[in-house]
Amino acid sequence: MAAVEIKNLSKAFGSLKVLDDISLKINEGENVVVFGRSGTGKSVLLKCMVRLLEPDSGEIFIEGQDVLKLPVNKLNGIRKYIGFLFQSSALYDSMSVRENLEFPLMRNFSFTPAERERKVKSVLEKVSLEDSIDKMPAELSGGMKKRIGLARTIITEPKLILYDEPTTGLDPITTKEISQLIVELQKDLNTTSIIVTHDLICARIIASHAVVLNDGKIRFEGNLESLTTQDDPFLKDFFTNEIIEAKNGRI
Amino acid sequence: MANNSQEKLTRSIADRRLNEFFSTIAGLTIFSFEFLKNVFLPPYEFGEIRKHMDELGVKTLPIVSVTGFIIGLVLAMQSQPVMARFGAEAFLPSMVALSVVRELGPVITALIFAGRVSSGIGAELGSMRVTEQIDAMEVSAINPFKFLVVTRVLACTIILPVLTLYVIFLAILGGYLAIFLSKGINFELYTNSVVNSLQFSDIVPGIAKTFFFGYIVGIVGAYKGYYTENGTVGVGRASTSSVVIASLIILVADMVLGKLTVALWS
Repeated sequence: MAAVEIKNLSKAFGSLKVLDDISLKINEGENVVVFGRSGTGKSVLLKCMVRLLEPDSGEIFIEGQDVLKLPVNKLNGIRKYIGFLFQSSALYDSMSVRENLEFPLMRNFSFTPAERERKVKSVLEKVSLEDSIDKMPAELSGGMKKRIGLARTIITEPKLILYDEPTTGLDPITTKEISQLIVELQKDLNTTSIIVTHDLICARIIASHAVVLNDGKIRFEGNLESLTTQDDPFLKDFFTNEIIEAKNGRI
Repeated sequence: MANNSQEKLTRSIADRRLNEFFSTIAGLTIFSFEFLKNVFLPPYEFGEIRKHMDELGVKTLPIVSVTGFIIGLVLAMQSQPVMARFGAEAFLPSMVALSVVRELGPVITALIFAGRVSSGIGAELGSMRVTEQIDAMEVSAINPFKFLVVTRVLACTIILPVLTLYVIFLAILGGYLAIFLSKGINFELYTNSVVNSLQFSDIVPGIAKTFFFGYIVGIVGAYKGYYTENGTVGVGRASTSSVVIASLIILVADMVLGKLTVALWS
């Protein structure tokens, strides 16, 4: 069964068509990376899937239900099982790391305080930040924020995780660490993942399948390895730059 | 020619401002309906409301304390020579009490509260919006409107009347100090005069309107912050425009409620 199925999705901002009749199917347990130039609608695609943005037309099936037609209470039922890692990490400034992690558990699930504490400590151990439990987000570095954001995303054990540029703005070593962490977590939790990124290092570590968006349409869909050997001039041009950047990153 | 183009420019700026004004009023009305829809729905977030009441109350306490005391003091100081000229010095305590309870206490506290709190709410929610924290709440299946907006608006609505009573108390004390320094009035005589001059119809409308003022401060700040756009520039704009709009609406509401009070109580 498909974990996510998108049919004929379109979204425009004024006269600018960002997504133009996109159809995509992602199977359970699959890790798909979405590439594309800035402004080609990668993040818009993710945001439409959780209805942070309302598409103009199309259908998005998650768990067999068209999320675009669900009333808010039913949509929230599905959102509980979707994890979303924001580009900015989006940690709640006014809450400590512990409170950030406990927040979705307290609101949506009926865990006892002891169970919550155990879960918080367990996810912090997974992201190797046990010592930061009582810190405030302002006291964390960019990489640490990403890790805590990741911990908050997985604490509810989601079936589907959407990553919006998880390694943007991080140095190559931290990028590699975060990407490896994502892979380990996916293995542990057996999730389906959609990763929006520009980062080929991250993509190669995490995903096996790739989708490339350009001018609102899907330009490529298939195996990640075959992507860099395509004859399409756009793909060649796009990935030559990415490969140079990736190699530089590795050096 | 130059005059013509300048006139066009002025007209287009005026049109834009007018448009902005009406769209803010329309937006605030819809936002208020959204508030009313959410306020009765569980969960009720009592803990959050209490937390915001503590924060907002404590944040505003120093400035309203100083202002309250000085209002009473200056009012008595300035009025005394005029009252003396008409041979009405004996009514000075009553005049201070009535002015402060009916008008000055509620309106000045509300304006200070708007300056301190509405801008704070606008900036806080605005930065949460631009850093995607509100989106993060929404995708976690948590109602951000309920958690962020309803709690803050309710906290403002409840805490402002309490602050106003405190300001009135301090202003009356300030009035006593001024009269005591110039005329050496006895404290008991002063309090008797104040208590005897105040009637139910003075206290209730004066305090009742502060519930509206508190609501205005909260809803305007939350509205401007919740719909912030354009990054950090937008946050600054949300913060300043919250104060301006909240203060204007408070003054207009004061006029309307004042008229209503006169109509109802007379």
